[in-house]
Amino acid sequence: MTMTVIWTGMVVLSILCGLATGQGPAVASAAVEGAAAAVELALSIAGMLCLWTGVMEVMRRSGLADKLSRLLAPVLRRLFPQAAKDQDTMDSISANVSANLLGLGSAATPLGLEAARRLARRSPGTASDSLCMLVVCNTASIQLIPTTVASVRAAEGCTAPFDILPAVWLASALSVGVGIGACKIFARIWRD
Amino acid sequence: MDLLFTMLIPLTIAAIALYAAGRRVDVYSALVQGAGSGLETLTRIIPALIGLMTAVYMLRASGALELLAAALAPLLDRLGLPSELLPLMLVRPISGSAALGVGAELISTYGPDSQLGRTAAVMLGSTETTFYTIAVYFGAVGITKTRYAVPAALCADLTGFLAAAWAVRVCFE
Repeated sequence: MTMTVIWTGMVVLSILCGLATGQGPAVASAAVEGAAAAVELALSIAGMLCLWTGVMEVMRRSGLADKLSRLLAPVLRRLFPQAAKDQDTMDSISANVSANLLGLGSAATPLGLEAARRLARRSPGTASDSLCMLVVCNTASIQLIPTTVASVRAAEGCTAPFDILPAVWLASALSVGVGIGACKIFARIWRD
Repeated sequence: MDLLFTMLIPLTIAAIALYAAGRRVDVYSALVQGAGSGLETLTRIIPALIGLMTAVYMLRASGALELLAAALAPLLDRLGLPSELLPLMLVRPISGSAALGVGAELISTYGPDSQLGRTAAVMLGSTETTFYTIAVYFGAVGITKTRYAVPAALCADLTGFLAAAWAVRVCFE
């Protein structure tokens, strides 16, 4: 329903605003161009995107994700102190985070939901500190190779679509760091 | 350094293939199967992309975004954020498809190697669809009291936007 409100609002607002600013005809032609542009965009990024999901499948089958997940376990125990003693929960959290790092989005969500279900058992209906941490870690992007955006850049004729990697890592690390820090601070000061 | 990042991707692919082949994974069939699942993902997002890009195109043509960007420009300038990227920052937390559409539009308008095009790309690459993710997680496990999850996630998003603009300045000047 939320998207219904947002989408309808956007359409109505653009018609009203277009009429008010004298851009009515432009809005009318945009209404038919947008749909075509969506399909063109999807087609232009399809090749590179599918190549990457292929490489990721190779990565998943070779056990790289499991290896990474074992590597992350000690770090994650410090982020989720209340869940640290529960091995099964920690396993799903590690698997979720490593799938996110490798860009295995479709694998990450079910693993994350499994972890969330386990964490939610301790406090039904209310988000515990650990659950907030898990959700915030999943709302921040930690994907090491941002393949979709690189596909878009390549489609626009960029010869080095991955030259933004260092900038993406820097921005992601700061964003995740602040998210984790905010969780730790809120956990101390939040009063319901 | 430039060559390293240019070669990073083919080298990564080669390293993954060699590692997987060493562990007796049927690399080629995994690759082809994975590419097929990518195509499925793509066909799943195309309908949303059509709907949202129609609305975004209309909104852009109407001048509403420019009005909002002009109104917020002083604030954005002070934060070091280009006001041209405001539409991207507005839709990013709500819809991944819409953000992809707006981002692709910005990258195409200003060029993938321009400062604005790069900043848009880094913003897309370093943030997530926050509200959607929160809705999926808390919806799936029946949480109604979300406590500080939303403010904490938005702190991370805002930092991601600021850091993207800053990181592009640092890495490409």
